[in-house]
Amino acid sequence: MIELRDVYKTFERKGVSHEALRGVNLKAEKGDIFGVIGFSGAGKSTLIRLINHLEKPTRGHVFVDGEPLDRYGVKQLREARKRIGMIFQHFNLLETRTVFDNVAIPLVLLKKSKKEIRERVTELLEFTGLSDKARNYPKELSGGQKQRVGIARALASNPSILLCDEATSALDPQTTRSILDLLKRINEQYGITMLVVTHEMSVIQQICNKVAVMENGEIVEQGNVLDVFGDPRHPTTQNFVRTVIHNEVPGSVLQTLNAEPESRLFKLKFVGPSASEPIIDGLIRRHDLKVNILFANMTEIQKTTLGHMIIQLDGAAPVIDRAAEYLAGQGVQIEEVKSL
Amino acid sequence: MNTSITSDQLFRALKETLTMVGFSLFFASLIGIPIGILLVVTRPGGILANKWVYGILNPVINVVRSLPFIILLVAIIPFTRLIVHTSVGTSAAIVPLILYIAPYIGRLVENSLLEVNPGILEAAEAMGATPFQVIWYFLLPEAFGSLILTMTTATIGLIGATAMAGTVGGGGIGDLAISYGYQRFDTFVILVTVAILVAFVQGIQSVGNRLARKARRES
Ligand SMILES: Nc1ncnc2c1ncn2[C@@H]1O[C@H](COP(=O)(O)OP(=O)(O)O)[C@@H](O)[C@H]1O
Ligand SMILES: [Mg+2]
Repeated sequence: MIELRDVYKTFERKGVSHEALRGVNLKAEKGDIFGVIGFSGAGKSTLIRLINHLEKPTRGHVFVDGEPLDRYGVKQLREARKRIGMIFQHFNLLETRTVFDNVAIPLVLLKKSKKEIRERVTELLEFTGLSDKARNYPKELSGGQKQRVGIARALASNPSILLCDEATSALDPQTTRSILDLLKRINEQYGITMLVVTHEMSVIQQICNKVAVMENGEIVEQGNVLDVFGDPRHPTTQNFVRTVIHNEVPGSVLQTLNAEPESRLFKLKFVGPSASEPIIDGLIRRHDLKVNILFANMTEIQKTTLGHMIIQLDGAAPVIDRAAEYLAGQGVQIEEVKSL
Repeated sequence: MNTSITSDQLFRALKETLTMVGFSLFFASLIGIPIGILLVVTRPGGILANKWVYGILNPVINVVRSLPFIILLVAIIPFTRLIVHTSVGTSAAIVPLILYIAPYIGRLVENSLLEVNPGILEAAEAMGATPFQVIWYFLLPEAFGSLILTMTTATIGLIGATAMAGTVGGGGIGDLAISYGYQRFDTFVILVTVAILVAFVQGIQSVGNRLARKARRES
């Protein structure tokens, strides 16, 4: 569990103060993969660094598994940090140590026995698919492999929380996917709560169940990923959603529209089961009208399908009204649009 | 070619140089390396940031470093006498050599440690490492290759300084070159001493480079 309560952070530099966080409230329950998305400079790194107190809040409180970190002394804080793993955009591995020794470091700090270290590291390397790289140095690894080492190292001390600051931002899309799969697997297998900071909506889409959108040090929108994706309110959120869900009608289609002045346009949105039902088929069978699909898009989020569609209905006005009622009855959110 | 020195004299000078370099390098490292570490950890934003320690240490090192060796040598004669109970000879030369090279090593070590990727220190802190653990398990190993080069540079600087140690009767290769080669126009001595010094410096530098490459896993 991670909770930020009314957190402010002001940086002072050469007499100029800068409010990096302004009244942030956030709560990630146990087992959540909580995504924080925002453009560069929004305050995401500052936020994540507050959670393990690499940065102290100017005002407000931070709780990790119910522990009030801001009231801890140095020693207690160090102990608490051992229960919070962290991975970084640029991996931050020791270049002069082998993969094995890098993963072993947190255990060495905990003064574990040689035997215990060997067993735990071997297990972690196997879990992250690095068994054959144990004797290699970070220099000899690809970006994806380096991040796997970072993940194995973060897990070594059995943390209950994992903080990921732009963990896939330095990786290509394919490697990103495999790292995200690994994070998801860790979350499911060990129930570790994760806070994932990113500027890529696809990361949120693939693994998060909750999301907060940040701008200028404030959270402008937050909630379940499905709700936020399905109904983005804030312009910034809408911008981010648009990067993964395209619900714009292509220009070439728009040009053919004007040809049929009698027809009416509807925007449809369906979530979950209704998305896979043959709704359009039912619509055509039950109503005497012409259906023209201008645009359709299906996105999977959290194993649930989110569908967007723009259709043009051509027929007698009362028939079209009844058709719209029918769709609404099927659990489809329907909205008539005058123009696109 | 005519020369007035014997091979015994040459060997004795060689031994004196090695003694001076060896002892002063050892003791200066004992002082200089901790100073370098202290400068890095107490600087603003360091893991043990401390205005007082850094604010005092930093200018003190600058002052000592701004003194030319020859001045330092003479200025601290009373101190030298206190430590080694004499103000002439090889052991008397070692005291000012240490005082001269230790702050230099401190600065070089500081620079080496500052080169370490701050992200690694952040990772260490996030793991809950104590300041000692950060230094021991993260900072020093990551800077090791660079520290070897630092010590190489310090050693070479030290060889240069030993040449002036002849002034207090420290002896050594440099002294031989000055008192025989320069003052008595003995060209042979000049050539031999220059050759020896060049060989020293070359040898130390190439060994240093090789070790540093190995430490950095570049081999
Ligand atoms: N240590 C610091 N000192 C001064 N300003 C900082 C510091 N860290 C971050 N900032 C400022 O806070 C703002 C948010 O930074 P950051 O949290 O890194 O954003 P993000 O990770 O979203 O790109 C930026 O304007 C940045 O310049
Ligand atoms: Mg950032």
